[in-house]
Amino acid sequence: MHPAPSIILFTTLSGLGFGLLAFLGLGLPPVTGWVAFVFFFLANALAVGGLLASVTHLANPKNAIKAFREWRSSWLSREGVLAVASLLVMGVFAVALVFFDIRLRTVGALGALLSLATVFTTSMIYTQLKTVPRWNEWTTPPIFMLHALGGGALLAGQPRLAAILLIALGLLMMWAWIKGDEKSLAGTTMETATGLGRIGKMRLLEPPHSGQNYLLKEMAYEVGRKHAQKLRILSLLLGYALPAALMLLFTVHHLTALIAIIAHLIGVAAGRWLFFAEAAHVQRLYYGK
Amino acid sequence: MTSLPQSTEKKLGLVIDLDTCVGCHACVVSCKEWNTSNYGSALSDVDAYGPEPQGTFLNRVHSFEAQPESGCSQTVHFPKSCLHCEDAPCVTVCPTGASYKREEDGIVLVNEADCMGCGLCAWSCPYGARELDQIFGVMKKCTLCVDRIYNENIPEEDRVPSCVRTCPAGARHFGDLGDPDSDVSRLVASRDGMDLMPEMGTKPVNKYLPPRLKDVPSDAALEATHKTPEGLFAWLDKALEKL
Ligand code: SF4
Ligand code: SF4
Repeated sequence: MHPAPSIILFTTLSGLGFGLLAFLGLGLPPVTGWVAFVFFFLANALAVGGLLASVTHLANPKNAIKAFREWRSSWLSREGVLAVASLLVMGVFAVALVFFDIRLRTVGALGALLSLATVFTTSMIYTQLKTVPRWNEWTTPPIFMLHALGGGALLAGQPRLAAILLIALGLLMMWAWIKGDEKSLAGTTMETATGLGRIGKMRLLEPPHSGQNYLLKEMAYEVGRKHAQKLRILSLLLGYALPAALMLLFTVHHLTALIAIIAHLIGVAAGRWLFFAEAAHVQRLYYGK
Repeated sequence: MTSLPQSTEKKLGLVIDLDTCVGCHACVVSCKEWNTSNYGSALSDVDAYGPEPQGTFLNRVHSFEAQPESGCSQTVHFPKSCLHCEDAPCVTVCPTGASYKREEDGIVLVNEADCMGCGLCAWSCPYGARELDQIFGVMKKCTLCVDRIYNENIPEEDRVPSCVRTCPAGARHFGDLGDPDSDVSRLVASRDGMDLMPEMGTKPVNKYLPPRLKDVPSDAALEATHKTPEGLFAWLDKALEKL
């Protein structure tokens, strides 16, 4: 699948923002006043910034407001509804905490739950797609959730928890990569795509058009294998191993935290790029790919 | 509403005969002609006369080669457009309600006034039957010529999808696949009509008729025909032998 920068930014930043919001809602760290303001500002900037990036992905954004309508059937719609709901609930919690020094525990807990539910709906947008076998796996939702929780813990200054979550996440990412490589297109072939396996082995003789088109650009993206392996290692080291090591082996102060967060962000962005670039869509078979 | 109807009164769709299709792309052109000037926004082209032309099409013809265990390979031209699936994933994923399946005839349509151009429906379609228009920013797909088939302003023989009307080989058939006695249903039954990617669970309404089995092996024509010489050649053969 085409690794659109807007979508990579969106899933990376929003996930992190909602993860931090979840921790703040649970009172971690137990900040008040201006320090709380800075934390909430950061969380909202990440969450909202990511959402805005995702809007730039739309080809017809003037209808974006209609995306709240179909929450009964569509995961993308559910994501929109829950994102707005979490931002509103956490907004109430933040205002009470920052300006009135009141900790509305139930509101915070509800906001935390909604924030995590938002990340879950994001993951389901990808998980639901049978057409992309690499995404259509049980590992996709926990990977998204662990990104939000691990990154959130890192930002919320919970070193031990962050380290444990990031290590678990790194291991799960490896598992998902290996299983995804094995699964490939999950048994869908040019023979099942054309129904002509009964005659023999199929090969594309001539594509339907000589130039590019939307389908090829969007659904038939290809990355070199060597490239992918390097990026996987980079993503694992920077995104999960280094921050976890920094959190466990050093006394955490601003500098170590900053390095851990920056490394984590770069690693996650690399991993997300791969998440899209390596995801093969079955319709590429009609193009003999 | 992007929930799918429980069932539809009719299941209008196409039956495409892969035995007959000659790969002339007439259906591709007629589809573009009709649909760029009727339902919804036009089907735009980008850089149409430049070095990298591309555009939106609702129907495209792929050409494949099938290689049997032995003998010659076989060319199969393969037109592909929306299959108006019964369990259409493109409908349920849509957040805006723009994509829907009609209860009365099962046609899957996009209401362009609601589409936000997110492209998720195209991701969910196994067949590559939806294209996001690069200029208008809305999702385009086969409408089964919904603006022809019920159109009383055009002669009756034209009230079929444009591709069906155009096909010079008669490789495309249109009808109600929900009615077991319809011409198209009978055709499917008699010719072993099939679904594409049945494992995707989309239950396509459109069916494909596989090429008929060859009555003689394809490489029979390539066999040498004069194995034992006769007549003048037999005499020559003998004469040469004696030399
Ligand atoms: S062929 Fe694709 S676009 Fe058409 S109904 Fe099926 S899933 Fe939807
Ligand atoms: S591109 Fe349009 S029709 Fe397709 S899912 Fe998005 S809003 Fe719905």
